[in-house]
Amino acid sequence: MHSTNLATAPLHQANYTPKTFDLSKITLREFNQALHNVKDAAGESNWEVLNPKGSHAVAVGAEHAISIDVQGSVGYYCGGMNQNSTITVHGSAGPGVGENMMSGAIIVKGDASQYAGATGRGGLLVIEGNASSRCGISMKGINIVVRGNIGHMSAFMAQSGNLVVLGDAGDALGDSIYEARLFVRGSVKSLGADCIKKEMRPEHIAILKDLLDRAGITDVKPEEFSRYGSARTLYNFNIDNADAY
Amino acid sequence: MCGIVGLFLKDKSLEPQLGALLSEMLVTMTDRGPDSAGIAIYGGGTKGHAKVTIQSANPDADFKGLDAELGKKIGAKVSSTVKSTHAVLDVPTEKVAEARAALSELRPNVRVMGAGEAIEIYKEVGLPVEVVKRFDVTKMSGSHGIGHTRMATESAVTTLGAHPFSTGPDQCLVHNGSLSNHNNLRRELIRDGMRFETENDTEVAAAYLSSKIAHGQNLGEALESSLNDLDGFFTFVVGTKNGFGVVRDPISCKPAVMAETDQYVAFGSEYRALANLPGIEDAKVWEPEPSTVYFWEH
Repeated sequence: MHSTNLATAPLHQANYTPKTFDLSKITLREFNQALHNVKDAAGESNWEVLNPKGSHAVAVGAEHAISIDVQGSVGYYCGGMNQNSTITVHGSAGPGVGENMMSGAIIVKGDASQYAGATGRGGLLVIEGNASSRCGISMKGINIVVRGNIGHMSAFMAQSGNLVVLGDAGDALGDSIYEARLFVRGSVKSLGADCIKKEMRPEHIAILKDLLDRAGITDVKPEEFSRYGSARTLYNFNIDNADAY
Repeated sequence: MCGIVGLFLKDKSLEPQLGALLSEMLVTMTDRGPDSAGIAIYGGGTKGHAKVTIQSANPDADFKGLDAELGKKIGAKVSSTVKSTHAVLDVPTEKVAEARAALSELRPNVRVMGAGEAIEIYKEVGLPVEVVKRFDVTKMSGSHGIGHTRMATESAVTTLGAHPFSTGPDQCLVHNGSLSNHNNLRRELIRDGMRFETENDTEVAAAYLSSKIAHGQNLGEALESSLNDLDGFFTFVVGTKNGFGVVRDPISCKPAVMAETDQYVAFGSEYRALANLPGIEDAKVWEPEPSTVYFWEH
């Protein structure tokens, strides 16, 4: 995890927000508004959300280094646009978890639905179960670590950042990929257009080791992974392909 | 969008609650589609008796005395239960075709929603909460059921355009998505003897499966065939007299979540629909894989 997310602020009583938000008693909007009202993270270190029951947009738009524990499963776009906060979902996440996150960390204890971490620009997204299709689609700098498998069309048009998968990848991995790095420990059902297997050099082992450490994964070795990335053949127009257009 | 729910009970003790459970699931999905809502429930039924669910825009005039008139015309005992704009006619199973023909003469404005020994179908324009209340769905018992709340894309917002679609005995289908080759497929199915009530793409999918089943495939095989022949986006949930199936297209951008316990198998477009089911905390919850047929049977 990013060191910024592990910083602990001194805890002092904040009388304008409770630490526990029970979504069976307050509206989602009240909770998210309380999150957006935070001016800095001092005194706001630990929040808890109860009874999410698949709600959409839980803890979207956090800006400060708060640790938010969501007790249950969430629906669409949990933690979208996250900055600095650490969100732990003690359940599964619906489509678009961590969409366009900027920094901070999101940990999903269960599975994640389609397009987890889509367009993410920074931060760390850890999925301890499986991720569905289009994981990391159009990722732009985010680091994603999936303990289980990922579905088809993952890392489609991925631009930068790292996608680490301890299990298997589905069809068309990394289709039309730019400069993101994909590390897969298991099998890859098929590679997408312009995505190829690449050599694991010492610098890649180092990057992977750091990511696994930050995701709290200690039971696998970086050497067990294969690296995939762009063959860079789609970067420039090839006159021989003119007939295809 | 559109919202789909389905519930297939394994534990008979839950059967009296089927309507209530399914209604709550469907109402939770309201914001996925506010145009119309419908529900198909499988239950009750007596061997040799079929339930023909009919609908009318003028229920008072159309349903009055219909059971006696229909009974006389087909030479069998017919009874009816009226629920708002719908009525369920009890007719001998072997007389269903005759009854449908007689109905179109006796009451040309009445539409048949579905027929079979177990199925009842209720669907109308409006929000799920209104539709559920109108037909008293929460009090219904049964072994399995599916529901749909619609955001219309491919055809008009009408009662007949609402889901579920039933195109064969005790068969029904709900759909989230849109098909792109439905016009062509409809023409082929018409040549094959299928009849259509609407311009709707989902009706084509339902008729496609009914046609495959009529040609000897079981539901699982028919769903496998649909993956080759249907082009477009779809998450389907289908019901038969004893079965419940799910299939998603290869791209699978339309959402789907399933849950299974010792008591039931449940389907929802989103987890929200499943969140209040009994024992959901300990259920196996998963996202159905693309191009994979899931099927349960009693």
